[in-house]
Amino acid sequence: MNALGFPILSLLLAIPMVAAIACLFVSANAARWLALGATLVTLAIGILLWLSYDIGGDQWQFVEYAPVFGRFAWALGIDGIALMLIMLTLFLMPICIAASWDSIRTRVPEYMAAFLLMETLMLGVFVAQDIFLFYLFFEAGLIPMYLIIGIWGGAERIYASYKFFLYTLLGSVLMLIAMLWMVNVAGTTSVPELMAYDFDPQAQTWLWLAFFASFAVKLPMWPVHTWLPDAHVQAPTAGSVILAGVLLKLGGYGFIRFSLPMFPEASAQLFWLVMGLSLVAIVYTSLVALVQQDMKKLIAYSSVAHMAFVTIGIFAFNRQGLEGALIVMLSHGLVSGALFLCVGVIYDRLHTREIDRYGGLSNNMPGYALLFMVFTMASVGLPGTSGFVGEFLALVGAYEANSWVAFVATTGIILGATYMLYLYWRIAYGTSRNADAAAMPDLSRREWALLAPIAAVVLWMGVYPESFLAPMRSDVGLLLERVERAKPAGDAAVTRGAAPAAAAHAEPAAGAH
Amino acid sequence: MGHDLALTLPEIILSVAALALLMVAAYAGDKAARLSTWLAVAALFVAALVLPGVTAPGGIGFDGLYSADSFAAFSKILIYAAAAVAMIAAMGWFSCDGVYKTEYPVLILLSSVGMGMMASAGDLLTLYVGLELQSLAAYVLASFQRKDTRSAEAGLKYFVLGALASGILLYGVSLLYGFTGSTLFSGVAAGLANGVSTGELFGIVFVLAGIAFKVSAVPFHMWTPDVYEGAPTPVAAFFASAPKVAAMALLVRVCVEAMGPATDAWRQIIIFMALASTILGGVAAIGQPNIKRLLAYSSINNVGFALIGLAAATREGVASVLFYMTVYVAMTLGSFLVVLRMRDAEGRPVETIASLAGLSRSRPALAAAMALFMFSIAGIPPLLGFWPKFAVFNAAVEANLTWLAAISIATSVISAFYYLKIVKTMYFDDPAPAYEPGRGRVEAALIALAAIFVSPLGYFAIPWLDTATRNAASALF
Repeated sequence: MNALGFPILSLLLAIPMVAAIACLFVSANAARWLALGATLVTLAIGILLWLSYDIGGDQWQFVEYAPVFGRFAWALGIDGIALMLIMLTLFLMPICIAASWDSIRTRVPEYMAAFLLMETLMLGVFVAQDIFLFYLFFEAGLIPMYLIIGIWGGAERIYASYKFFLYTLLGSVLMLIAMLWMVNVAGTTSVPELMAYDFDPQAQTWLWLAFFASFAVKLPMWPVHTWLPDAHVQAPTAGSVILAGVLLKLGGYGFIRFSLPMFPEASAQLFWLVMGLSLVAIVYTSLVALVQQDMKKLIAYSSVAHMAFVTIGIFAFNRQGLEGALIVMLSHGLVSGALFLCVGVIYDRLHTREIDRYGGLSNNMPGYALLFMVFTMASVGLPGTSGFVGEFLALVGAYEANSWVAFVATTGIILGATYMLYLYWRIAYGTSRNADAAAMPDLSRREWALLAPIAAVVLWMGVYPESFLAPMRSDVGLLLERVERAKPAGDAAVTRGAAPAAAAHAEPAAGAH
Repeated sequence: MGHDLALTLPEIILSVAALALLMVAAYAGDKAARLSTWLAVAALFVAALVLPGVTAPGGIGFDGLYSADSFAAFSKILIYAAAAVAMIAAMGWFSCDGVYKTEYPVLILLSSVGMGMMASAGDLLTLYVGLELQSLAAYVLASFQRKDTRSAEAGLKYFVLGALASGILLYGVSLLYGFTGSTLFSGVAAGLANGVSTGELFGIVFVLAGIAFKVSAVPFHMWTPDVYEGAPTPVAAFFASAPKVAAMALLVRVCVEAMGPATDAWRQIIIFMALASTILGGVAAIGQPNIKRLLAYSSINNVGFALIGLAAATREGVASVLFYMTVYVAMTLGSFLVVLRMRDAEGRPVETIASLAGLSRSRPALAAAMALFMFSIAGIPPLLGFWPKFAVFNAAVEANLTWLAAISIATSVISAFYYLKIVKTMYFDDPAPAYEPGRGRVEAALIALAAIFVSPLGYFAIPWLDTATRNAASALF
């Protein structure tokens, strides 16, 4: 079984599932407490999982295997990368439940059930070690999210829910055919075994494209990102947090788990495609974000730009790029989630997302202005926040792979600073334009409790990222070994210099640089 | 001779039961309707118990005219179960309107005999006789509500078009007989073994066209929405389930056993019908305001997916067709059982999709069951409806038809739209006037059973169903 003596991953999946079903049969208030309790318990189990994760131990830990479904198995197991994304999910879930405490008043039991179901399915994606089990969890997430947007969303919720569902479904179906083909050729459904299987380079291109269609929509990459602003704007606050915080990361996780290790040659061959799309995304969606009048839309477009750093980092084929991409994923999950919560806080008071309706909030809501500032800076990538670590590493990796990519991508940092600071200025500074906005009370204790933990983790990740990088380091190393043979030559021709800083860092896997 | 008759024991039991119940109907009248329904269900159950080929190996009877193999056994169990559910559903539904007639179970039993013959046919003439017995009973069932003009119209339409299809089929049979010199499937296969002549090709095309009418594959699907809409709802539920299984089993058997050597010839036809059905079944349903018409297009769509498994023309492919039909029957009967409960406050049946609005608030359990069925038919994991699609695509990929699998899975997104529309109506829209409270505990239990089967719990049945369907498919290879 594993070091703990009980199937901890199955337990992680089972608790929210059982709580989801139980929620349907209780009153609104009981459902709130039940959901909060269940998510806190899973968070506690997650902390236990992190503490008992053996850094530098086996690649796959807490492995479970039960061939109960015939053609595929209930195969679970995590590596460091999955561990960090699981922690992100577990950390955001209680915050989502608490964020919906007062703002959701209709059909509360169903709402809580949908969120708990969502948690099970997202965790399932990260822990699945069977390719079809992965697909089941990956696709199943559409159902609760469709309901969350459609039932509790804004005015255009029905259009947004359809668009979300059908767009992502169309993206993923071809991936299933590719999976069937791979399993047919390789004769195994186990993800670790498939990661070590060498597919014919010509077939790889097609397989890579099929997986790309799915993950690019999920991530999302330009030009298949258009579902995201609609879904974000219409979803309830907590729905946006989950969407930006975790669901988008499924795409990045898919690239790291499938596209890169299973199809290294195709990844190198289509390097230009990923880089081209990512660069367009960074520049174009940043400019689009600059002119938005709706706060949620602005943050949604900024998500597309930030996720482009993830793809650049992943397909840079080097350690800095990959580690940077992973930190951007974690950081963006926290920061964009927090930004959506910040929008939710003032939306709950004034019921509008129009930027022009606000202004001068630092006068009457100083606590809010402080926290909003922290998250704005983290989104911009100020040193000392999590955003800096991730984007800096991703850009270093990009420079090593192709200096032009790094050059264009760096403009995204400037543009990012522009739209975020412009947003912050219009909302928090100046004098208030409307009396009702000036009369809004500062953060309640519940809202402090939601935002302060995220701010703490953002600063922690910015100051001491080693806590988060350490579990992932050996897995990144294994991935790099796997793709080494296909690595495209960079134009920057970086050579190793005498770096005194490297010696100060206690890096166990320094040889793999 | 005794051995031959022993093989047909299920058909004999059903025929005798039908004749006996006919006598009951003649003498006791409609008072005995409920009793004879339960007796008919019991007859189906007994027939399923004595099926040859389930545990003990079956055999070939009447010098090849009739084959009682594991393939026939699997299909018949499915057919009998679907027929039994359709009968139970009808009992409650017709009783509400006070016109439940004793002939109804008799007709279903006769139809079941015909369907059993279709699944077991080893000869083109057995095929025809079985098909006609099934169809004649079905024509009467379609116009069972004599006073309802829509029902009569449905029966007439079904009859005229069905007769045309039978004619086409017979013409194909005569061509195959003329050019291969045999009506036995094995004889036809032997005749086709050394190349397909033009006459034989015409025979194949006409036979497939005739059977395609019965499975309602595009372009022979036109009757389906009209007949489903006009026929009484429980009859439509029956049409969508048991006869589809029988016709699909027949199609598979004819393609594999009789036309096996000409696979390249019929594969093109099947592929065309499969893609046309999945696309048209998806597109045409989008604008339908009537739930029964929508389910009719849904069945066309599903038949298209099942045909993809047949196009693979392998043991795996045939197994996936059987798997598909099993789950399809559960989902379709489940949805129809929900539709049967759609009655307004005065107890009149309602069929518009708009009337489902806000069902999740007035009848949460019913809405949840319907949502499960809809997501499942759309093939969204983790519901069981995803797995049969997975199986047929897997069979296609293994048979080097990856392109076919890729195109058809993309078409499944089209049909997902209208299944989502039902969920949207039930969950997102403001409530419409509530339905009358549901009656009938048996139906409620059946809905719950079907919902549990298509829920993720159904995945635990996969190993068992895989074994059963593969075992059944091996009978043909």
